[in-house]
Amino acid sequence: MSKFKKNKKSGTPPISTASLPDIVFMLLFFFMVTTVMRETEMLVDNTLPQATEVKKLERKSLVSYIYIGSPRGLNRKKQFGTKAKIQLNDAYSTVGEIQSFIAAERESRAEEEIPLLTTSIKADVDVKMGIISDIKEELRKAQAYKINYSTRKELN
Amino acid sequence: MARNKRSSPEINAGSMADIAFLLLIFFLVTTTMDVDTGIARKLPPTAEEQEPEDMQGNARNIFEVYVNKKDKLLVEENEMEIEKLRSSAKDFINNNGKDPSSSDSPEKAIISLVNSRGTSYEMYIAVQNELTAAYNELRNEASIKKYGINYTELNKAKQKEIRKMYPMKISEAAPGEF
Repeated sequence: MSKFKKNKKSGTPPISTASLPDIVFMLLFFFMVTTVMRETEMLVDNTLPQATEVKKLERKSLVSYIYIGSPRGLNRKKQFGTKAKIQLNDAYSTVGEIQSFIAAERESRAEEEIPLLTTSIKADVDVKMGIISDIKEELRKAQAYKINYSTRKELN
Repeated sequence: MARNKRSSPEINAGSMADIAFLLLIFFLVTTTMDVDTGIARKLPPTAEEQEPEDMQGNARNIFEVYVNKKDKLLVEENEMEIEKLRSSAKDFINNNGKDPSSSDSPEKAIISLVNSRGTSYEMYIAVQNELTAAYNELRNEASIKKYGINYTELNKAKQKEIRKMYPMKISEAAPGEF
């Protein structure tokens, strides 16, 4: 009898939580390393079109982004109208500024990386092709031939 | 002597986990793991003197796709729905001289895409997507026929070989007003 009594008394041993901080720290470092903070504020509406035949954009450091869309938010729409605008870095720009934008992007990269530079065109679905064609023409003049039409993966 | 002996009080590490959790939740919330994807294209150089000579005279090797400002498709002078574009592009590229009005061979086939300035970007991407899909499917079929595995699973050299069989030639003219 006494044998059984002893057993009941001890119960299940508590799980040691001493290693919990280690686990949490491991997760913390993982997310710290993978996190990318958005460096530009979006000034234009940007709903990307859908496509299936997509390629991944590799080496994000070698990509320059051109955003096209109508001004985001009611206030900006009142101020700038609803016509599609180009956003380079943090400001609205005109088609004529693309060449200097590409030149500035090139300058900030190492010489050997320049041929690998890609321009990602992030245009809203409602944008008309006229402005896109103008941009493409400017990119050709700036000899930035590698482009990528940014899209969303199709949801099936 | 007595001073040295006195040990400094131990720092309580019990709240370490809480601090770590706080940071963890912060990074969990701010993290974005989306990879940028898109349709890759190469723009042609501006040099005007190098007019592609095979564009002239050989109309059968050119697959004309027009997209007007109402987002309607005109393919080889016929109206077409976007759903049929992929299969008709595939038929055109892979004709190998059978149909006299279609291409001689995949290497010679050129797709000419002309859009209006009023075409919506959504439609343009849809057309580009279908044309890319046509090439991807043909390359995949060729790869399966030749090597028995999918195109994407081939090594670089073999992929290049297949790409040479089906070179993607999409020529874009300056957009018009129609």
